[in-house]
Amino acid sequence: MELNHIPEIDYISGSRLERVLRAGRFAVTAELNPPDSADPQEVYDAALVLSRVCDAINATDGSGANCHMSSVAICSLLTRAGYEPVMQVSCRDRNRIAIQGDVLGGAAMGVKNLLCLTGDDTTAGDQPEAKRVFDLDAIQLLRTVKIMRDESCYLSGRKITSPPRLLLGAASNPFIPPYDWRAYRLAKKIEAGANFIQTQYCYDVPRFRQFMSQVRDLGLDQKVCLLVGVGPLRSDKAAEFMRTKVPGVVIPDQIVDRLRKTPAEKKAEEGKKICVEIIQQVREIQGVAGVHVMAYRQEELVAEIIEEAGLLPRPRQSAAPEEDPLRQARKRRRGSS
Amino acid sequence: MSLGSWLRDRPHLLEKIYQVVEKGAWRLNPLIRRLGYQRVERLIKPFEDAGKKLVFDCRTCGQCILHSTGMTCPMSCPKNLRNGPCGGTRENGHCEVKPEMRCVWVEAYERSCQMPIYGEELTWIQPPVNLLLYDRSAWITMLTEEDQVLPSCWQATEELTLLEDIQSIWPQQEEK
Repeated sequence: MELNHIPEIDYISGSRLERVLRAGRFAVTAELNPPDSADPQEVYDAALVLSRVCDAINATDGSGANCHMSSVAICSLLTRAGYEPVMQVSCRDRNRIAIQGDVLGGAAMGVKNLLCLTGDDTTAGDQPEAKRVFDLDAIQLLRTVKIMRDESCYLSGRKITSPPRLLLGAASNPFIPPYDWRAYRLAKKIEAGANFIQTQYCYDVPRFRQFMSQVRDLGLDQKVCLLVGVGPLRSDKAAEFMRTKVPGVVIPDQIVDRLRKTPAEKKAEEGKKICVEIIQQVREIQGVAGVHVMAYRQEELVAEIIEEAGLLPRPRQSAAPEEDPLRQARKRRRGSS
Repeated sequence: MSLGSWLRDRPHLLEKIYQVVEKGAWRLNPLIRRLGYQRVERLIKPFEDAGKKLVFDCRTCGQCILHSTGMTCPMSCPKNLRNGPCGGTRENGHCEVKPEMRCVWVEAYERSCQMPIYGEELTWIQPPVNLLLYDRSAWITMLTEEDQVLPSCWQATEELTLLEDIQSIWPQQEEK
């Protein structure tokens, strides 16, 4: 591939996701639902399905404030098997000391993409009585990791001997108030260090178009790669649940009505169709660099959606001979002694 | 209607008051220094707390950025966000955590659009909170510049360099 001509040094992290985005290909990322289990096989089962259809796999960090296997651990399992994760970091559960440590740990395990999130509030989950931390917010977190990467030091100024090479991501939710300010908030995140954006579930395409035109007017589409969040709805009941119980998800009435009018046995099929249609619609919008597919515990369905939306085959990972971080470390040690 | 909510609905008046008091505080700074910051802090703290609690529901973080956040206290956001709204705001503009409360940042945005002097400071990137200043007088930490002490590697950027036409949504500042 032509990409091989670009010197490695020009890449921020050299991740597969970065290569796809830089090549101007329409990127696909997907969310892996973390298991409630100590068995690594459950992670690998999900990853096997997803890896074939996407460029990077998001490992969520206690999404919805529910307890699952941690994102650092999932990422370490994934990188060990040669998969490319996007490590999600939320500010809800850890303070700046723990987060900076996890960022280094993740990078040491071979993580090359990091998504910085504020995080759902504790009250959204099944342990609402827990203490919320929010020592940093998403923008301060982005800036902190950017400093670690580019200045090779912690926030305190203490040196990091080998800085984490990470492509930095942030979230954006254009579908909720204050609508006019959402594009400015995106600008703030880019200024703080975001290289790519993954949005909340998009079901309201007209609203998203409006947002994107504001993004283009501000010239932000030139400075960041924007991936639109999409996902299938299993039924009108599931849609109703999502829009009332999951923070920040907006589903217009017409989509819920469309599912309600569909006979029960065809609802899931219709939900998938709606998702594919949304992918095709957002793909036409100028400034959209890819999609991020999320579906709760339905990895097979994600794969079908990506296939039906015509996004396969994914570009293969270009040869990366030194993927194994342990081997790299060993080699470095040998070199220095 | 209470005095607090009457004032809250007049952000342009509040920012004017802030501007005048800030100027006054800097002018009095040499005198305050001679009296001793600690002594003056003990003296003004109860009044500062009572006033700010009444109008802004102040959480005494000791590093006040009210004028940069549309005269709306960011610490009253349940997630203590200082850089803008999270992704959980409800469609009706209410808070994800407290459904009966309007989102702090929806209000901050609305109010800062009515603030010609400091309104556009809403786009500034605010550094992480310094918990060492908790429960201090924000006026005193401003004068001693303790609120300017940042984590040593923090890169302070104020105006968004990538937006040139940031003025377009905020009202033009009056000539002073």
